[in-house]
Amino acid sequence: MSLDKEKIKHVAKLARISVDEAKVESLTKDLNSIFKFIEQLNELNTDKVEPLTSILNQSLRSRKDEISDGKIREKILKNSPKENEEFFVVPKVVE
Amino acid sequence: MADITNQSLNDIIKNVKTKKVSSTELTKAYVKNIESAKKLNAFVTTTFDQALDNAKQFDNKPNFDQLLPGIPLAVKDLFCTENTKTTAGSNILNNFIPSYESTVTKNLWDHGSFLLGKLNCDEFAMGSSNETSYYGNVINPVGDQLVPGGSSGGSSSALAADLTPATIGTDTGGSIRQPASFTGTVGLKPTYGLCSRWGIVAFASSLDQAGPMTKTIKDCAIMLEAMSGFDEKDSTSINKKKEQYSKNLKDNIKGLKIGIPKEYRVDNMPKEVDELWEKGKKILKDLGAQLIDISLPHTKYALPTYYIVAPAEASSNLARYDGVRYGYRSKQGKDLIEMYEKTRSEGFGDEVKRRILIGTYVLSSGYYDAYYLKAQKVRQLIKKDFDESFKKIDAILTPSTPSSAFKIGEKTNDPVSMYLNDIFTVPVNLAGLPALSMPAGVDKQGHPLGLQLIGKALDEQKILNIGYAFEKNCGFKNEIKKWWS
Repeated sequence: MSLDKEKIKHVAKLARISVDEAKVESLTKDLNSIFKFIEQLNELNTDKVEPLTSILNQSLRSRKDEISDGKIREKILKNSPKENEEFFVVPKVVE
Repeated sequence: MADITNQSLNDIIKNVKTKKVSSTELTKAYVKNIESAKKLNAFVTTTFDQALDNAKQFDNKPNFDQLLPGIPLAVKDLFCTENTKTTAGSNILNNFIPSYESTVTKNLWDHGSFLLGKLNCDEFAMGSSNETSYYGNVINPVGDQLVPGGSSGGSSSALAADLTPATIGTDTGGSIRQPASFTGTVGLKPTYGLCSRWGIVAFASSLDQAGPMTKTIKDCAIMLEAMSGFDEKDSTSINKKKEQYSKNLKDNIKGLKIGIPKEYRVDNMPKEVDELWEKGKKILKDLGAQLIDISLPHTKYALPTYYIVAPAEASSNLARYDGVRYGYRSKQGKDLIEMYEKTRSEGFGDEVKRRILIGTYVLSSGYYDAYYLKAQKVRQLIKKDFDESFKKIDAILTPSTPSSAFKIGEKTNDPVSMYLNDIFTVPVNLAGLPALSMPAGVDKQGHPLGLQLIGKALDEQKILNIGYAFEKNCGFKNEIKKWWS
């Protein structure tokens, strides 16, 4: 299948990345050549193959659902581009 | 004493232990080298003051019973380091200062070493030439027009140029082994789960592994021993007894069965790569190993599979960069959604955006089965190829890369031709196996080429042993002229 510009703009919207109108053309070309490469997989019949979901021979461990640290608000807010004492600040969402 | 920085890590450790050199003298020697190698652009951040403080502390109260006593180390800028900026080669993390230390780097420091600086890499480890970094291209010390490989390009360049005695990288599809091959150094991607992923900036979580990059196999064993081990904080970490890779290193490989996969002889592969592979086979055979022809029939589907699985996981992992909690935030954007879109558009580079878009698309409604599920099925077939082969062999020998280091700019206009560089390294990540790239010779331009040894899961000791025997008999010497200083 081939990806057109509209499809790419839609996917960019889903990915929350704004795309320059001027760059859509070259992006479309690049992505189509990548998908052409990827679609070699269609040569293979995989009807009877189980998908591989984990490479490990063990299941993921779980731990007790309890607090292991905490009281690190300052550390967490330290890297925020904008904060107000105890909160992350974002552009106004509610009118 | 003579220049200590061109010695192997193992020799440097011996010199520290016998007090021929102090940690401070050693650290100063590297600081000097780094300052005169700015042209290589291998470092994003240096931590000289902190390193010299650490060296002084070591010298005042030395503990020589550690694996890495008083050794300064630079690491890839994908490992979070407490209170030291960690960028992952991206603009979006240009101001990110972690408040925690990655498990792997913490393990290294607990064995007596300390941080010398953070090494440049492809943005979010997505690249094969270090050309996607926001912090500029890294130059290969082998030649001033050559890429150092990627994504751990700062690591390979710094190591080969004597700017760090050893280093660590991460390998999602070849990002340790390919740069090692391009710089005439040793690089090991461990079994998935051997080294903790905690505190490493995530790219594709089912494929990412940290591993050592060193000048010799012995050094590689020392570093792997220091950095690996079970970690409760990584849910995919393997809980097993720690191995003493360096102590148990042996060069007797008599009777080992080495598989030679016919699918790794690809079209348009330079003759020299093929000749080097032949040379490698002969060396191992002369040492008493048995060569066995094997087939890994789904090899050609590994890269297409990888370019579904890795971007899918990346698009999910990189969703966290939203300009709210850390990292770059765009000054544009009237509302929240527009702020996200502008932040991510300005913060990410082209290759990262491409991969996020591929990943978003293959996971999107209506396409999941055709792409992602299909890729998971083919990944199963690729893993089964290895499982079948390993019933009758101990390890596999292949070339590491289809060519030596290429020129800067040579492949940037064609993403697929760049991706093809990882054709021999990617299958291993998909199957979760350990693999080692070791220098084996040079091509007609004098640029290094590597051979790859692939092992069974958790069989690092065996591939290190084979590499050790190979190294002693190969006669490769990395002759790099210091043209940059």
